[in-house]
Amino acid sequence: MAEAETVEAMEAEAPERTFGEVVLKMDSIEVGFGGVKAIDNVSFEVRRGEILAIIGPNGAGKSSMLNCINGFYKPRSGSITFKGKTMKAMDPHYAAANGIARTFQNIALFRGMSTLDNLMTGRVLKMKKNFLWQCLYWGPAQKEEIENRAHVEKVIDFLDIQAIRRTPVGRLPYGLQKRVELGRALAMEPDILLLDEPMAGMNVEEKQDMSRFVLDLNEEFGTTIVLIEHDMGVVMDISDRVVVLDYGRKIADGTPDEVRANKNVIDAYLGVPHED
Amino acid sequence: MTLPFEVWFFFEVVLNGLFTGTMYSLVALGFVLIFKASGVFNFAQGIMVLFAALNFVGFIEMGLHPLLAGAITIAIMIALAYAVEGLVLRHLVNQAPIILFMSTIGIAFFLEGFGEFIWGGDVHALDVGIPDGAWFVGDMMIQQFDVSQAVIAAVLVGVLAAFFTYTRIGRALRAVADDHQAALSVGIPLNQIWVIVWAVAGMVALVAGIIWGARLGVQFSLSIIALKALPVLILGGFTSVPGAIIGGLIIGTGEKLAEIYGAPAFESLVEATTGVDSISFGGVEEWFAYVLAMIFLFFRPQGLFGDRIIERV
Amino acid sequence: MFYREAGIFKTSYAADQALFRIPIDKLFVIGLIAFAFIVIPLVGNEYWLGSILIPTLILSIAALGLNILTGYCGQLSLGTGAFMAAGAFMAYKLATNMEGMPIILVILLGGVSSAAIGVAFGLPSLRIKGFYLAVTTLAAQFFLLWLFQKVPWFVNYSMSGVPTAPPREAFGYLVTGAEASSTARYIFVLGFTVVLGLLASNLVRGRIGRMWMAIRDMDIAAELIGIKPLQTKLSAFAVSSFYCGVAGALWSFCYINTVEASAFDINRSFTVLFMVIIGGLGSILGAFLGAFFIFLLPIFLNSAPAWIGLSIASETIAHVEFMVFGALIVFFLIVEPAGLARLWGITKEKLRLWPFPY
Repeated sequence: MAEAETVEAMEAEAPERTFGEVVLKMDSIEVGFGGVKAIDNVSFEVRRGEILAIIGPNGAGKSSMLNCINGFYKPRSGSITFKGKTMKAMDPHYAAANGIARTFQNIALFRGMSTLDNLMTGRVLKMKKNFLWQCLYWGPAQKEEIENRAHVEKVIDFLDIQAIRRTPVGRLPYGLQKRVELGRALAMEPDILLLDEPMAGMNVEEKQDMSRFVLDLNEEFGTTIVLIEHDMGVVMDISDRVVVLDYGRKIADGTPDEVRANKNVIDAYLGVPHED
Repeated sequence: MTLPFEVWFFFEVVLNGLFTGTMYSLVALGFVLIFKASGVFNFAQGIMVLFAALNFVGFIEMGLHPLLAGAITIAIMIALAYAVEGLVLRHLVNQAPIILFMSTIGIAFFLEGFGEFIWGGDVHALDVGIPDGAWFVGDMMIQQFDVSQAVIAAVLVGVLAAFFTYTRIGRALRAVADDHQAALSVGIPLNQIWVIVWAVAGMVALVAGIIWGARLGVQFSLSIIALKALPVLILGGFTSVPGAIIGGLIIGTGEKLAEIYGAPAFESLVEATTGVDSISFGGVEEWFAYVLAMIFLFFRPQGLFGDRIIERV
Repeated sequence: MFYREAGIFKTSYAADQALFRIPIDKLFVIGLIAFAFIVIPLVGNEYWLGSILIPTLILSIAALGLNILTGYCGQLSLGTGAFMAAGAFMAYKLATNMEGMPIILVILLGGVSSAAIGVAFGLPSLRIKGFYLAVTTLAAQFFLLWLFQKVPWFVNYSMSGVPTAPPREAFGYLVTGAEASSTARYIFVLGFTVVLGLLASNLVRGRIGRMWMAIRDMDIAAELIGIKPLQTKLSAFAVSSFYCGVAGALWSFCYINTVEASAFDINRSFTVLFMVIIGGLGSILGAFLGAFFIFLLPIFLNSAPAWIGLSIASETIAHVEFMVFGALIVFFLIVEPAGLARLWGITKEKLRLWPFPY
């Protein structure tokens, strides 16, 4: 893989990556629809500043897990501890307001709006000015728009999407849409960023770009990242820790090297060992 | 039997409501057919009832035999199905449901104008020889017309059920209703299916139009009455044929009861509390169905028989 | 070549987010407003002011309202007529029971009452979407109109059941009721239209407009960003019904001069919906273009045959009108869902290059 060099370079720079406290703890989560159990008694922790990958075959419950983390699904049982507060289920609004942002497996952009507006929409929780000021678009409301615009412009610069600011996102090619979606999540200034297959359907070059963004984000802003990805090369290269799900159960949890050597994982997912 | 007159009257009201309900069910049935097969919420179904009836009565007034008139009207409804598929639906594939819905509002307006442009906007009387006498059971009067109408509706539902269960086209229709993509991938021609359901819905509309036309005369207000199929569907669930039937019966009965018993009760209540009399609250029928549906939506958005929706991202 | 954006450089985000990003647009709109306020009253006759411009402007306000709900927030409503009626009847109650209240306030409060009613009927949108919601707005349409017709309190127990709009003055001029001059009524209505139009443009380009559009385009993603779906939808219902309510009050007070429910039946709802679809879903400009187009089309259809020497029964023309409307709706949905507003946008793009298109 081409990005191996860059990762090595990074590792050389910071040989020991250290992480903060546990920011999110999923405890004995169970999710089901009717008679089907999508997630069965899964627990794991996310530490501040780490890049955690969740992998597993299709239907293993990975997306359902992300949906639990930001409150779109309510677990049948188990608990979620986020920033020291334990709850039975997350509320989507609470999650967003407290720094959980995400991207989606099938792009979920606001197709009728421009790139800029999509990113600005990521800022709605940061904007508080009341309705009347907004009617007038003047005074505090205008000031607020401009402050948030300035922040959004930083994200636009970071992702290098200046040229498509005013383009309706429905017209953008797939790879750029993925990038705009990442941008929208970044505009929320998240503490934890959930990425659901950020590199699915991308070519090698686009994957490199996306990996670069993920690593830069983590390094520059200290954003904690939880990602689902099928490209094992990417997962093993960029993540600090890997959780493996299979049929809704957790079968492994450890560093990429540990997971790669884990017999259960090899049987269930990787098939043949990658190296020996 | 020696029941008091009030009880007989109550039975009569309920029965009356049930008969009206079968008519709503017939229109709702057309909606369900199209919705299941194409995911299009066909606002024009009500107007199709009017349009079919207008054509039918128009040909009869020209002196044609009712059977011939019926045959020509069926041909027109089939042609309409082709036109709708070829001129509208085909160009709106993959659009948001709400866009498709609005396009059927456009179709509705076009058909209404077109039908009246050709046949004129007057009320047309329609007599197709449905018996019009009355039977008495105790003190309860049963219109023979109502009974015939219910029988016709029941037969129609039976025929449709058989068509869906036993024919090849019926199976294909059910497959399409289940999953468009999967149906396409096993070689079911989607466009042809659409034409077929619209044609079938057109024939259902014709039956509904004939019965209603014979009762009320063929006129524009038919389409307003036909709009009540919408709340019927909300009660019954958009994808369920039994739901359409039972929903129709509930709404038909409910609005009759509300009109006959609810409105006067409310009038006397107002008179007792405010002292203002001579306020008439008649016409509850106009809105009862919609408000009932709206309240119902709070508790069971998927309808009595509809499928529960699991959302995914 | 006359219309271009090249050479206009923004040096601040404020300038880049301005309502009109190109000076010529701003000049054009200011010019148009000035023309409407000064020139038209001078040259317009009774027919043009009273029978064409006043109703069209009022319907533009209603179309703005429906466009906010349907075009921006994605919630289809077939109850526009009922919300207009609510505004009209509430304004009538206020105007007659509180004689001294300034007429502008009366009309605005009519809008506010309508907004409250709109919110009540928008509540089911918590659980339902799309055409399901359309049915609950039909409930509003049929129930409210029935209520206004049956409860004599709404018309102050007037014998005829159709009271006339009370004459009221604004800035010393009689602006409502049959006695008011068409010029005064026109200016009064135009004032509302311009102010409400500007407010709507501001709303849709700011935070709340983006929240509406987010709900419209992808409600699940919007919710996970932290937008509360119910609140957002209800705010759209409130603003939309406010606009419709103001439009309804103006319709009764400044156009038909009577307060009657039949002016706001279901056909009114459809007419306004057509304005929004043909003008352009999700476009402020579209609401105006649609209103003018839909209101003027029947007038054109009625007079066109006479111009070429044909005489057609007016009933026939009414039927043709239905056909044309229906066909246009389908046509626009297929060919240009963004409506006349988008066609205007394309014209501008062309103008920018004209006369050298390559």
